[in-house]
This record gives sequence, C-alpha cells and structure tokens, in this order.
Amino acid sequence: MTVNEKIAIEHGLKSDEYKKICDLLKRTPNITELGIFSAMWNEHCSYKSSRLHLKKLPTKGKKVIQGPGENAGVIDIEDGDAIVFKIESHNHPSFIEPYQGAATGVGGIMRDVFTMGARPIANLNSIHFGSPQHKKTKNLLRGVVHGIGGYGNCMGVPTIAGQTSFDSSYNGNILVNAMTLGLVKKNKIFYSKAAGLNKPVIYVGSKTGRDGIHGASMASASFDEKIEEKKPTVQVGDPFTEKLLLEACLELMAGDSIIAIQDMGAAGLTSSSIEMASKGNLGVEINLNKVPCREAKMTPYEIMLSESQERMLIVLENGKEELAKKIFDKWNLDFAIIGKTTGTKNIELFFDDKQVANIPVNTLVENSPMYDRKWKKSKLPKKNKIKKDSSNGLKIKDVLKKVLSNPNICSKEWIWRQYDHTVMGDTIQKPGGDSGVVRVHGTNKAIAASVDSSAVYCWAHPLTGGKQIVAESWRNLISVGATPIAITNCLNFGSPENEDNMGEFVECVQGIGEACEYLNFPVVSGNVSFYNQTKEVGIKPTPSIGGVGLIKDYNKMVTMNFKEINNIVMVIGKTEGHIDQSLFARSILDEKNGPPPEVNLFNEKNNGESLLNLIQKGHIKSAHDISLGGIITAVSKMAIKGNKGIKFNKSKNLINEIDYLFSEDQGRYIIEINPKDLKEVAKILDQNSVYYEELGIIIEKDMIINQKTKVTIDELKSYNSNWLTNFMSA
Amino acid sequence: MKSSVITFPGSNCDRDIDVALNKFGFKNKMVWHNDHELPKSDLVVLPGGFSYGDYLRCGSMASKSKIMHSVINFAKSGGLLMGICNGFQILVETGLLPGVLLRNKYLEFICKNVYVKVDNKENLYFKNLDKEVFEFHIAHNEGNYFCTKDQLKEIEDNNQVALYYCNDEGKTEDQFNPNGSIKNIAGIFNKEKNVLGMMPHPERMIDQSLSGEDGSLFFKNLINNLK
Repeated sequence: MTVNEKIAIEHGLKSDEYKKICDLLKRTPNITELGIFSAMWNEHCSYKSSRLHLKKLPTKGKKVIQGPGENAGVIDIEDGDAIVFKIESHNHPSFIEPYQGAATGVGGIMRDVFTMGARPIANLNSIHFGSPQHKKTKNLLRGVVHGIGGYGNCMGVPTIAGQTSFDSSYNGNILVNAMTLGLVKKNKIFYSKAAGLNKPVIYVGSKTGRDGIHGASMASASFDEKIEEKKPTVQVGDPFTEKLLLEACLELMAGDSIIAIQDMGAAGLTSSSIEMASKGNLGVEINLNKVPCREAKMTPYEIMLSESQERMLIVLENGKEELAKKIFDKWNLDFAIIGKTTGTKNIELFFDDKQVANIPVNTLVENSPMYDRKWKKSKLPKKNKIKKDSSNGLKIKDVLKKVLSNPNICSKEWIWRQYDHTVMGDTIQKPGGDSGVVRVHGTNKAIAASVDSSAVYCWAHPLTGGKQIVAESWRNLISVGATPIAITNCLNFGSPENEDNMGEFVECVQGIGEACEYLNFPVVSGNVSFYNQTKEVGIKPTPSIGGVGLIKDYNKMVTMNFKEINNIVMVIGKTEGHIDQSLFARSILDEKNGPPPEVNLFNEKNNGESLLNLIQKGHIKSAHDISLGGIITAVSKMAIKGNKGIKFNKSKNLINEIDYLFSEDQGRYIIEINPKDLKEVAKILDQNSVYYEELGIIIEKDMIINQKTKVTIDELKSYNSNWLTNFMSA
Repeated sequence: MKSSVITFPGSNCDRDIDVALNKFGFKNKMVWHNDHELPKSDLVVLPGGFSYGDYLRCGSMASKSKIMHSVINFAKSGGLLMGICNGFQILVETGLLPGVLLRNKYLEFICKNVYVKVDNKENLYFKNLDKEVFEFHIAHNEGNYFCTKDQLKEIEDNNQVALYYCNDEGKTEDQFNPNGSIKNIAGIFNKEKNVLGMMPHPERMIDQSLSGEDGSLFFKNLINNLK
C-alpha cells in the first residue's frame, strides 16, 4: 500500500502533520512507518496539546525521587523505602466495553508501577457515570465495577479507596481512572532509559494479538454514533498472566540483569521500544519475526501497533539471557530476544529479512508536534441571589434525607464490597473513609491515599476548581493523620481544539499548580485524557487528583467514626455559608449558577497542619473533612459509622441554619476530642490562629440538630445506605 | 510445629497465610506447585487466590498440579490439610472434600466481614476453642457451596460441617447467608476431620488494626492443639 495524505488522515494525523513527517524523513513513509508516527504523535502519547501547560506544574520537592516522565512517580518514605504511584485514564475503552475497558485500565496502571520494581500494594479508582436515569448508566456502572474487581482481585492487590459520581455530562463518555501504589526499596528502582550498545532487547509476557490496534489513537478522538464499531480496538485483559508477569519481573529484578524496562501499554511495542531508545539516546533494531504472536500472518504494522496486554520490553545486560529465560520459563511466560540496542539513533525494523521501517528516534519524540492551542479564560460567576428566599420553609430533616441519599453522596458500599480490599493483610483503613490506608509491610509506617475530583466546581470556575481538588486531597490525607507528600493527576477534559474546553484545561492546571506549590504537594506523575465528549459536547472538566501521604506510626492513625459518648465535636475552619454550587443548591434548590466556594490556601495549610499537629499529640479521637454536602453530611457519616449520635449546640452563628449546615466552604474539618483535652486543643488552635467552634456533644443514638429536629441513627443509615443498592437491583 | 503453604501460579494469599502461621509459632515453608516432595509438615495449607486464573473451573487445574500428589497422600495418611477460599475450591476438585463451590448467588464478588458458627469441636482445628461464633472475613466470587441431597445427608450424619454463616448471636438464618451456600455452609471437613476447607480467611484477622482478631484465636488454638 502506498501511503498518501488521505491514508494519513485516516490514521488521525492532520495534513500538516503528515507533511512534517515527509519533511523529517525526506521521503514518504511506508504504511508501517505511518502507523508508528500516528501512534507516537497522537494526543495520548505525545501530549501535544498539553505539554506546554503541564510544564508549569511543580514537580520537585525534598521527597520526590522521580517526577513525571517515567512510568510512574516515586517518593521517599524514609528508611530506604519508596512509594511508586500513578493514576491513568481508560475512559474511551470503558464506554465501549465496560468490563474489559476498566479491567485493562487497572492492569495497565499496575504494570506501570511494577515496571519500576515496585510491588503494587494498593489500588484506587475514580469513576464517573452519566445520569442515573440514562439508559446506559446502570450497565456501564456494573461492567466497570466488575472489570475493576475482576482484575484487581485476581492480582491480589487490595482496592482501598475510590470515588464515584453521576452527572449527565458523562452520559456519552464515562470516566474510568485507575491508580496504583507500589512499594520499592530506594536502591532497587528500575527506569526505562536504555544504555549501552548491542544489548539484547527482550520481549516477555503474553503473545501479541490483533487486539487493541490503534487503541491510543481511538483514545485521541471524540465519540460519534459509530463508536460501537470500535469494539475490536478495546484490549482484552488477562489478570492471571499479569500476576505471573509481576512475580517473574520482581524475581528478575532482585538480581542485576536489567538495564532498562518498559511495559507495553498504549501503542504497545512502538512506544515502549522508542521511549527506551529515546531516553538512552540510542537506536534499536528489532526482528519482528521473533515477536511471539498469538495469531497467524500478523503484519509488521499489526505487530507494532497491537495493544495486547501483559507484555514487557526489557534491555538486558549481555550474558544474562539464560538466567532471565529460566525465570520466565518458570512462570510459563513467553520470552524472546527480539533485537538489540544500536548506535544509529534510529528505530530499524526487520521482517522476513527485509527492512520494513527505519525512522530516526528523535523525529518521533523530540520533533513530535506541540501546539499552543487557543483557549478562553473563564470569568468568576456572580454570586447567586435567588436562593435566600427559596430555602425558606425547607425542613432540615427533609433536606438531609435528600442530600444523604443523593447518588453523589450516598454510600458506595455496593461498589467497594466487590473489590477485595483486605488481601495482603495490611489494609488498616477500608474504603468509605477519607483515605484508604495500608501498612508498609512489616513496619510501623502506613501509607494513606485518596482520589478526588470536583467537576461541578471546575465547571463553574476552573481555576478555583483546580485548587479546590488539591486542597480536598490534602484534607483527606490529613484527616487520617497522614502527612501529605505528593499527588498524581488524571486530567479528563473535552476537546483541546475547542477554545472553551482548552480554557478549562489550562485554568484547572493553573489552579492545581498554584495549590500544589503553596501546599508543597508536588505532582509526580499523571496523564491527560482529552476528547472526552460526544459529538460537539465536552464533559464537565474533571481532573482527578490522587494524593499520597505517610503515617509514621500507624497506631496514631485517625478514623472518622464517632468514638465515645460525651466527647466534644468541633468544626475547624470558618463556615461562611457558601451555598452556590453546593450539592444543596444544585439538587435541592435546582440552582446551577454562581461561583464555587473560594479556596484560601493559607487557611488550608494552616488548618491542616494544625490538625495534623493535634493528631500527632494524640488529641483527636475522630476526624473527617467537610466537603460535598457540608457540615451536616460530614457529621452524619461520622455518626453512621460510629453508631453514635450527636446533640448540636445552640447555634451562635449569624448565618441561617440551612446555610450553616449545608454550605461547602473550604478548609474545614469535623473533629472529636475528649472534654479533658479541650483546653489544650483550644490553646494550640488559638496559637495558630485557626478558627474553630464547638458544634455539639456525642450522645447515644440520635442526631438532635435543634429543638424541633431529631433524626435517629437508623434513619440516617437508611437515607445513606440504600440508594445505590436499590438502583442497581431495580 | 512445621507447616507448608503451597504456592500455585495465581495464588495471592500465600504471603498472608505465611505471615499468620509464622506469627503464631509455626515454622512455615513455602512450597512451589511444581515440586514433587512435600517437606515434613504438621500442617499443610492451600492458600487463597486465583490459581491458574480460575480457568476451566476454580481450583480444577491446581488440583492436578505436581505437588498435589504428595499433598493428597499426606491427607490420606491423616495429615492436617487446610484449604482457605481458593484452597477450599482446590480441595473439592481433588475429591478430598465432597460437593462443589458455585458462583455467589448474586453473581458478585463479596468482600466483607461475616459471622460463622463452629459446629463441631471434636477435631484438631477447633478443639478447645472457648466460643462458638467467630467474626471472619470473606472475599470470593465462587463460595456458594452446593452438594447433592445424598451428599448433604452424609455430611450431616458424619458431622462434617465445620462452619455455618450466621449472625453475631449464632443464628444460621438465610438472611445471614452471603453467597447462597446450601444450609449456610461456610466450611466442611472430610469424614476423618483432618481435611478442612473453608471460604473465610482467618489470616486476614490477626491483629487489632485489621478487620478483627478472631483469626488470632483460631491460629493460637490450632498450634496449641498440635503441640
């Protein structure tokens, strides 16, 4: 087949990009070469629309061992230990085929982590679906949850936390973001930079099939009514093989045979071989006849673009081939020497003794397109005035019932009880809390992780929204007693070619960057997923932030369940009554305008660090951050989990009661303390100029909000726990 | 006391049970499925996980592993052999235990704490335990125990039911059955009571920071019984 512009466009390239390829090569590429360019230059692999802006994110810090640019980020957790982590999207495949899409998303992110030598110790996920009324929502949710569980459970890695939301903007484009944390010794981290000439290039894992060809290109295009036709581009996962691959790789990594290792993820053999060569400033030569294939008569084009799962590419030290082969044989995995590193700085492919591709590596990587897309700045919406009257006459109990049973607030136990969250025997905080927590095996340390997003706030004002999610992630870690260390981000947006969507991206990233900088909470890894839209309409901007923190002594970990009767419940941080964009305004008042709550980074840092100080001193019996649904939602969840009630103090606050209870001002936490510690706690908070107020006292069974309003714990439970189970079984 | 834990390709609770056995005083050895010989052991454990990816049927391929020949001989000569979760599935596939484990009734993986009642203490596993109802943890997709009427009669006549799903008061009603198992059965013995298969994971409940500590009671008691 002779390549021309039309074929290039069918590969998702633009005409000027095709022209650039011909200029760089000084000739017309053949079909295999065109396939390779299209895979490397698509949005998913090249970050061509986002690179310019991502550069502005803070990525360095005292605890950062490896920032963005590797398979995953790495942070120092002392004593020679390090945590490797990353979040990644698998949105498009999950919409087309929810089980396999979600499963391979989980498989892919785990591979990114163990490629670096780390044993995965925890999985998290952030999943977003269309409106519950939409006809596809239920099946997509069921399929995604089964897929995540199917893969993670089989791997024997606990799924310890997550986030699920419903919003009609995801009706035609759901989001599935998977995150994995792994544990590694600092001196045994593996990287993808090849080094040395004539080193053997090894292929291990599953055989290559025709599945997933052009998966990365699909992820870089928007959806239309023909999307079902793309089913064959969805990869099929085999967690059993991945478990074997994990064990085999870790066994090989215990020695000193590996120079570089890279998993075959998006764009398979193409991107893995090119990335290793590019980082090492080398060339690579591959004989495609040596690649283990699952199907007969696969062409070089197909072999290079297949996204078959559970495969790895390794550059070995010379003379270690036999030793390595033995290990992979033991685990019944394919092992093939398919090529070698060279000094040509080209990628050279051979098939049936003929050269079928010869491309300078730098044209694929450094010379890949980079765009400064046009974008529109968002104005901060004006404060909404309507609500003042509309909340008159509402009964707190009725509102509370609706809020606690709202799909975005209700208990997600139906989801997480399908995930094995206790395997590995170190899960000390299960899903359903502020963060999941796992112990560092055999030590007193524990790692806390949470994943957050606030699409509504980002949609209302991207800059504020971006800051808010980072702040929320920070609070979720603090609430369990962890010192926040770093984040990973998964940036899910509409088309970068649309000025509004691009503006949302640019300003969310700016907000994330500002908050990370201020909180000393750097970004160490992440991914960008554009084109999350159906036809012309983009999703609400949905950056997901995965935060990771360290608890030095896990005996000091804090949970959110109320502990003891007569203990004092306090609110840390000031309640101003910000109702715009709150769940209350949107779902009860049906009011969608107005700005999101303001994020004051000074208060976030000060309140958070002061709380952490109190936790470390042992004064905090339970804690929970205040987010969606306000004070009363936070308190209700603490009461439900602790099976204890609370009697609210008479409000001294000047704002009206509903606003006080349901507003979503930032930088706030609910804490429980023993009355004997009150003086000391107040002193510390005063010294640090942290605003606080006493909210009430823990009592046996009821939540007594005011003289007229009493709700029993059983009522709270029934509001909160049934919606999702009923929805899924209806 | 010496114990052995068999690792099959796809086992993933092998480390967890190793940690638990060592914690309570066993000298544990990990044994690879492809080995022929079983080390000298007072207890052999088939761990949880997804041996051979659950392909064909859960546990069926593992039951034909090389090491299983020695394991089966060990059990037939009276050695203590315990299968947890996938280990239980392997045991029914070997024929050492009667019945089968079907997919959970609601076709979903279940991971949560449950209560189980110990029915028969006249065996080395449960002898001397000073309570009947335990809080254990389950995590499985195929734990729905099923057998024929005749088999059930035989199991009951021989006191082979080891554990029933129940509530915190030991009531074994249908509503406390998490997976649809016949008669709320969570674990069974062979006739001789030296082979035990159970779906719950006591090894996940071995210190107060985890889901609970009833697993500690089980292991402490087990090693004392073997001494």
